[in-house]
Amino acid sequence: MNASTALPLLILASSLLPGLVIFFLPESSIRIRTALNLFGAVTKLVLVAVMARGVLHGVDYEARMRLLPDLDLVLRADALSLLFVSLSSVLWLLTTVYAIGYLENSPHRSRFFGFFSLCVTATVGVAMAGNLITFLLFYELLTLTTYPLIVHRGTEVARLAGRSYLRYTIAGGALLLVGVVWLSTLFDTLEFAPGGFMAGTEAASRPGTLIVIFALLIAGLGVKAALVPLHGWLPKAMVAPAPVSALLHAVAVVKAGAFGIVRVVYDVYGIEFAANLGVTQPLVMVAAATILYASVRALFQDDLKRRLAYSTVSQVSYITLGIAMVGPIATIGGIVHIVHQGLMKIALFFCAGNLAETLDIHKVSDMDGVAHRMPWTMGAFTVGAFGMIGVPPLAGFISKWYLGTGALAAEQGWIVLVLVASSVLNAAYFLPIVHAAWFKTPKGKWQDKRDRQRLETRWMLLLPPMATALLVLAVGLLANMPLSPLEWARLITMTEYGP
Amino acid sequence: MEALAATVSWDACLIVLPLLGAIACFAWPNAAKKLALGTALAVLVSIASLTIRVTAAGAFRHAVGAWGAPLGIELLVDGLSLVMLSATAIVGLAITIYSAGYFKADVSSRFWPLWLFLWASLNALFLSSDIFNLYVALELTGLAAVTLTALAGSADALTAAARYLLVSLLGSLTYLLGVALVYHGFGSVDMAVLAGRVESTPVFWAAFSLMFVGLALKTALFPFHFWLPPAHASAPAPVSAALSGLVIKASFYILMRLWFEIVPADYSTFTNFLGVLGAAAVVWGGLQALRAKRLKLLIAYSTIMQVGYLFLAFPLAVAAAWRGALYLILSHALAKSAMFLAAGNILYCAGHDRIESLDRIAQRLPMSLAAFAVAGVSIMGLPPSGGFIAKWLMVEAALKSGQWWWAVTLVLGSLFAAAYVFKVVGYAFTQAEAPHTSIDVPAAMEWAALALAVAAVLMGLIAPWILASMEIGRAFPGAAIP
Amino acid sequence: MSSVPLFALVGAGLFCIGLYALIVYAHLLRKILAINVMGSGVFLVLATLADRTVNAAPDPVPHAMIITGIVVAVATTAFALVLMLKVAEKTGRAELPDERTG
Repeated sequence: MNASTALPLLILASSLLPGLVIFFLPESSIRIRTALNLFGAVTKLVLVAVMARGVLHGVDYEARMRLLPDLDLVLRADALSLLFVSLSSVLWLLTTVYAIGYLENSPHRSRFFGFFSLCVTATVGVAMAGNLITFLLFYELLTLTTYPLIVHRGTEVARLAGRSYLRYTIAGGALLLVGVVWLSTLFDTLEFAPGGFMAGTEAASRPGTLIVIFALLIAGLGVKAALVPLHGWLPKAMVAPAPVSALLHAVAVVKAGAFGIVRVVYDVYGIEFAANLGVTQPLVMVAAATILYASVRALFQDDLKRRLAYSTVSQVSYITLGIAMVGPIATIGGIVHIVHQGLMKIALFFCAGNLAETLDIHKVSDMDGVAHRMPWTMGAFTVGAFGMIGVPPLAGFISKWYLGTGALAAEQGWIVLVLVASSVLNAAYFLPIVHAAWFKTPKGKWQDKRDRQRLETRWMLLLPPMATALLVLAVGLLANMPLSPLEWARLITMTEYGP
Repeated sequence: MEALAATVSWDACLIVLPLLGAIACFAWPNAAKKLALGTALAVLVSIASLTIRVTAAGAFRHAVGAWGAPLGIELLVDGLSLVMLSATAIVGLAITIYSAGYFKADVSSRFWPLWLFLWASLNALFLSSDIFNLYVALELTGLAAVTLTALAGSADALTAAARYLLVSLLGSLTYLLGVALVYHGFGSVDMAVLAGRVESTPVFWAAFSLMFVGLALKTALFPFHFWLPPAHASAPAPVSAALSGLVIKASFYILMRLWFEIVPADYSTFTNFLGVLGAAAVVWGGLQALRAKRLKLLIAYSTIMQVGYLFLAFPLAVAAAWRGALYLILSHALAKSAMFLAAGNILYCAGHDRIESLDRIAQRLPMSLAAFAVAGVSIMGLPPSGGFIAKWLMVEAALKSGQWWWAVTLVLGSLFAAAYVFKVVGYAFTQAEAPHTSIDVPAAMEWAALALAVAAVLMGLIAPWILASMEIGRAFPGAAIP
Repeated sequence: MSSVPLFALVGAGLFCIGLYALIVYAHLLRKILAINVMGSGVFLVLATLADRTVNAAPDPVPHAMIITGIVVAVATTAFALVLMLKVAEKTGRAELPDERTG
C-alpha cells in the first residue's frame, strides 16, 4: 500500500478509531477522552492539509476495495471532495472543542463523543466517495450515527424528534438505494466523473427512465438537504445539544444531502446532459420555493434555534439553486456556498448554544440587551447574521453575488428577484435579533448559570464562535486569494464545464 | 499438514464429532461445558480444513464406508453446502460460548447433548446428496429443535413445543410422501441422478407439490408460519437463536437444492404465486413485529418477514437473485442469532422482555443493546452489512428483469424492519434510573451477541469471496443471468 | 401390476384420513395417533411402489427406507407422548390452546 492509497484511509481512520475506543471508556476518564478527541481532530486536519497539497501537485489519491463482483468501494480525492473534507475537518476540530466545553459534567459523554466521531467519519466518507455506492454507504452510515446524537438528551421531545428524523431519512435512503441500483443495471460504471458518465452511452437514449431515476435520487438526497416538502425533520431536530445542531446544519447532514445533489447533477448525469434531459429547471424551482417558504417560516419562530433551523433550510437551497442553474458563474456561487453557509451557520449555532448554556436563553424575545452581558458572543452572532443577509464583504455576499450574476448570465432574471426577496426576509428575521440584543434594555435578570469570571463564559465555548466568525470575514475579504474557497469553487467549476 | 488435510474425511468429521460430543456430554454432564466448547472448536477446524480442500480441489462426493448409492449414503460437498456449514459453525460457536453462561445446572445437563445433536443433524442435512437422507436429517433436526424448545419448561414453552412437533412431523411426512412418488416415478433418490431423469410429468409435479408444502411448513412461509412465533419466543434464548438462525434455513436449503437440481423448467405462474406468498409474509411479519409487545416475539415475527424475502427469489429466478437469497440466509443467520442472544441477555438481567419497560435496563446493558442495534443494521439491509448485499442483489435482479413490484416489496420490507428495530433501540436513549433488582450478565454472553452482530455487518465487506465460494461445484446450474 | 395403484390409493387415503384427524381433533393423543396413521399411509405407498417392474424381484431400496422411517416414527411417537404428558402436567389439559394471534 503506498501513500496515495493510504491517505484517504488514514483520514477516515483518524476519526473512526478514536470514536470506537471512546465507546469503551468509562464516563470518568475525561482526560483520555478529551485527548483522543483532540488528537483525532488535529490529525485529520494535518492529513487533509497533506492531501490538499498533494492534489494541487497533481497526485491521484485513490483507495479501492471490491464490494461486489462488478462494483468497487472507492475513496478518492478530487477538488470537490477536498472542499468538503477541508470544511468538515476544520469545523470538526472547532466543534469538538466546543462540545467538550458544552457537555462538561453531563451524563453519557462517552456515548456522545463516540457517535460524534463516527458521524464525522461518515461525513468525510461522503465527501471522499468516488462512486455512487460508496456515497450511499456513508450516507446511510450518517443517518445511523446522527440519530443517537439527536436523541442524546433522552427526553420525550428528543425521542419524537429522533423518530421523525428516522422516518424521513430511512425513507429517503430507500429511494436513493432504488435509484442507485437501477442506475447500476443500466450503466457499466457508477463512478463519479467530471461531466458525468451518461452522455454517449447506450442507456442515454432512455430519457424517461433516466428522469424517473433522477427524481428518485434527488428525493433521497433532498430529505437530508431539507428541500421543501422534505424538510419536516430539521426544525424538530433542534432539540439536540447545540454542538450537534451546529454540526448537523453546517457540515454533516444537510450538507451531505446538498453535496450529493452536486455529485448527481455534475458527476453522474453531467450538467449538460441533465439540462438536455430537462431535469435541472424543476430542481431550480424547488430550490427557489424552498428558499422563500423557509425564510417566511423563519420570521415567525420565537425559539432561536428553530428560527436558525428554518434559516438553514432556506440557505442550503442556495447551493441547489446555484448548481442547477446551468451556467458556470452560478455554479461557482452554489459550490462556494457549501463552505460559506457552513461557516456562517455554525457560528450562529455556537452563539445560540452559548446563550442557552450560560444564561438559559432559548427565545428570541428574551434576548433584549443580551449583548451587554455577552458582547463577544453577540459580536460573533452579528457577523454570522450579517453574512447570511449578504452584507459585503462577508462570506454570504460573495455567494449571493455569484448566484445573482450567474442567474443573469443564465438568462433567468426571475431568480434575482428570489434572491432579493430572500435577502429582505433574511434581514427581517435576523436584524430584529441583532437590534434587540445591542440596543434594547434587558427585561429582567437572566438565570446566570455560572459565576462570572474574567470571560463571559468558558473559553472553550467562546473560542469556536469567534474563530468561525473571523473565518466568515476572512473568506469574504480574501475571496480572491489563492486557496480561498472561492478559488477552489472556480477550479471545480472549470473541471465540470470543461475548458 | 496438507497430506493430513487430504487423508482425513473432514466432511464426515462434521457429523461424527458433534455426535460424539453429544454422547460425551450426556455421559459426563459435569464436564459438559468444556466438552461442548472443545467440540465446537473441533468442528470449526474441520470446516476450515474442508474449505481449504474444496477451494483447492473443487466439489466432491464421498461414499460413506465405500458403500455407494443406492443403498449406501453419499455425502456431497460443494460451494452451497460449504457456505451453509460455515454459517452453522460460526453461529454454533457463538451459541456454545453463550450457553456456557446462560443455563443453570439442572437444565444445562440436558441442553448440551441436545444442542450438539442438533448441530450434528444440521451438518448431516447440509452434506446429504439424496432426498431421502435429507428427510432423515430433517426429521432429526426437527426432533432436536422441538426438544430444545421444550427445555424452557414453562407452560407456554411446552405447548409451543407440542405444536411445533406436530407441524414438524406433518411437514416431514408430507415431504416423505413426495419422496416416495419421486422414487416411483424416476427410480432414484439421488439428486444428481434425478437431475438427468426428471421430466415435467403430472407425477413429478404432484410429488414436488407435496415436498414443497412440507418444506414450506417447516420454513414457516406465510401462511404456514403460525407455529413459529410462540415457539421461537418461548424457547431459551440460545435455542431461539439456533431455531431462527439455522433450523428454518435447513428446510429452505432443501427447497433450493430441489429447485435448482431437479425441477426441469420454471413455471412463472407457480413462482409468482410463491412471490406473492413471500410478499404477504413480508407485510404480515412486519406489521406483527411492529405490534409485538415482547422483544422476543418481535424478533420472531421479524424472522417470518425475512423468510418472505427468501421466497421472493423464486419469481426473480436469475443467478443474482439466488445469490442474494443465499446471502440473506447467511447474514440473517448471524444477525438474527445476535438479536436473540441480546434479547436473552436482557431477559436474563431484568427477568422480562416487555419492550415498554426496556428503558430500565437499556442503561445497564449497553453492549447487548448495541449488539441488537448492530444486528438491526443488517436486518434493515443498510450498508455495509451482509443484509445490504443481499438486498442489493435482489433489488438489482428485480429491476433487471423488469419486475419492479418485487423491488417495491423489498424496500417496503426494509422500512418495516427499520420501524421495529428502532422501536426497540429508541429505548436506549431514554432517561431512566437504574433498576432495583437485576442480575449481572456474564461478559461472555454479551460479547457473543456483539461478535455475531459485528460479523453480520462485516459480512458485507467480503462479498466477492463468499459469492465465489458459493459458485464452487456450480450449485446453480439452471440459474444464469438472462 | 393392477394391485399397485389400489394399495397406493389406500396409502394415500390413510394419509388423508390422518391429516383430517390431525386438524379436527384437539386432544394431543389423537393428534399423535393421527400422525402415526399418516405415517403408515406413507409407508404403504412406499412399499407398494417398490414393485416397479413386472415379474421381477421388488426393489429393495424402498424397504430400507420404510425401516428407517419406522425407526424414526417410533422414536418420534415416544417423544411426542412424553411431551404430551408434560403439557398435561403443566396446563392440566392434554390439548393445545386456541391460536393466539399477536
